[in-house]
Amino acid sequence: MLSFRRKAMNAVMLSLTGVCTLVAVGVLLFILGYLFIHGGISLTWDFFTQLPKPVGEPGGGMANALLGSAKLLMIAMLIGVPIGFLGGVYLAEFGGSSFSFVVRYTTDLLNGVPSIVIGIFAYTLLVLPQKHFSTLSGGLALGVMMIPIAIRSSEDFLRAVPLSLREGSMALGASKARSILTVVIPAAKSGLITGIMLNLARVAGETAPLLFTSFSNRFWSPGWEQPTAALPVMIYTYAISPYADWHQQAWSAGFVLLMLVLAINITARAILSKGGHVAR
Amino acid sequence: MSPMQAPIPQPKPEETMKGFTLPRESINESKKVLAVTPKLCATNLNFYYGSFQALHGISMQVYENRVTAFIGPSGCGKSTFLRTLNRMYETIRSSRVEGEVQLDGEDIFKLEVSALRRRVGMVFQRPNPFPKSIFDNIAYGPRINGSIGASGIKDHVEQSLRRAALWDEVKDKLHASAYGLSGGQQQRLCIARALAVNPEVLLLDEPCSALDPIATAKIEDLIFQLKDSCTIVIVTHNMQQAARVADYTGFFLMGKLVEFDNTTVIFKNPARKETEDYITGRFG
Repeated sequence: MLSFRRKAMNAVMLSLTGVCTLVAVGVLLFILGYLFIHGGISLTWDFFTQLPKPVGEPGGGMANALLGSAKLLMIAMLIGVPIGFLGGVYLAEFGGSSFSFVVRYTTDLLNGVPSIVIGIFAYTLLVLPQKHFSTLSGGLALGVMMIPIAIRSSEDFLRAVPLSLREGSMALGASKARSILTVVIPAAKSGLITGIMLNLARVAGETAPLLFTSFSNRFWSPGWEQPTAALPVMIYTYAISPYADWHQQAWSAGFVLLMLVLAINITARAILSKGGHVAR
Repeated sequence: MSPMQAPIPQPKPEETMKGFTLPRESINESKKVLAVTPKLCATNLNFYYGSFQALHGISMQVYENRVTAFIGPSGCGKSTFLRTLNRMYETIRSSRVEGEVQLDGEDIFKLEVSALRRRVGMVFQRPNPFPKSIFDNIAYGPRINGSIGASGIKDHVEQSLRRAALWDEVKDKLHASAYGLSGGQQQRLCIARALAVNPEVLLLDEPCSALDPIATAKIEDLIFQLKDSCTIVIVTHNMQQAARVADYTGFFLMGKLVEFDNTTVIFKNPARKETEDYITGRFG
């Protein structure tokens, strides 16, 4: 009798966990499928090469938003990666215990700051003094968003390098800095690159910090100092518009964005699994 | 306690490996005539991890071109002592050392640390090759120290691998990852890597504890060969190993150097009861 109860319990719990797993996977598959049906099928080459058309005119694309997103992500990387990476090196290799604790704590807090607040930060820092929206301010907002995760992922991957490797190089007469540069960082390289890419994939879809920094643009952005279109903001603008063909464009943009993020993710994981033989 | 009381154990000729070119007998003959010279000299060395004292007043000498072994139970301080000899303990925060260690009469605590570690190399318990090619592992030391120009590095890598008796096994795959080697080969690679900076002293911290008996035998053969060009200090858990390879043996217990003498004396006729108890397996 007892064994029957135990077996029944096992069956119930097993199916419960299984169902929940299926739900989690199902949501992603549903989103993928839905986006494909609504956006992927009607995706044309024009989407990647044409500027948006005025309301009422059929066709057009979002080439300016694609380029805009690329520019924003480039600025974000130039800001977020060096600060995050070097901060991670400091925490993993040099940090004293109490100061490191404070740094880790604040980066975790920064990570929890709502993205729109980060947008306000960039707005106050760049947009207000300059009195106009700009690509730079949008990139800054995304860059600041990258910092906490860049710090923590760099720290984690550097820490995962065994102590024995550091000792090995220092026993050969290498200074600490030298052994970090020539042994530790190369050993953690694939992890570090993966961390950056996943981070990039995460901020690529951010909309809120861009709304009042890079704003948007119906045309090609004239320069780094000027507002630019970005894919997530375009999705937002097109989706809340009252026009059916704009909705269609928003679906396509959503599909493209998701595919880009997925591609970055998959590449990052491929890099990690290829170079992951260091940890022992 | 004087190390000169008993004859220095000599390796038997058949123990030399094939391919070894130096005339061993003549070198050993000349060494017999020359008195042993101290290479490293520790005086009243105390060591602390925070408030815990790990070493108590260690005074001893390591002799040039001889193999010195440290034995003792786990946690007795033998590895800690080894790590003071090239100041590797400095990577541990809150560690502190008192007393004096001299290398050829120079205070090692006043030397620049990287200069000291170039002269006193170290091989660790577990093989720790870098995630690089075999070639780059060996070339690492000479490269960071800038001691050998880019043109000479190839020959130097070959020479170092030959000294570690690894050349024949890896000469066709120098640019393959060092992780593809077996554990024993990796450890000999680490020895070759240490030899590549031409150290005067080589510290071996339980170099065979992660290896099988065949790989262990190869490392022991290697130690015999190397002592002609290097002073060797080895920490080992394996007493037979100490008896096989060492000219001198020190027995550590609870952070103290209980006894230090010629290996034959330590194993056949130890002066202290603790040493005898440990050697005969009554504890430890």
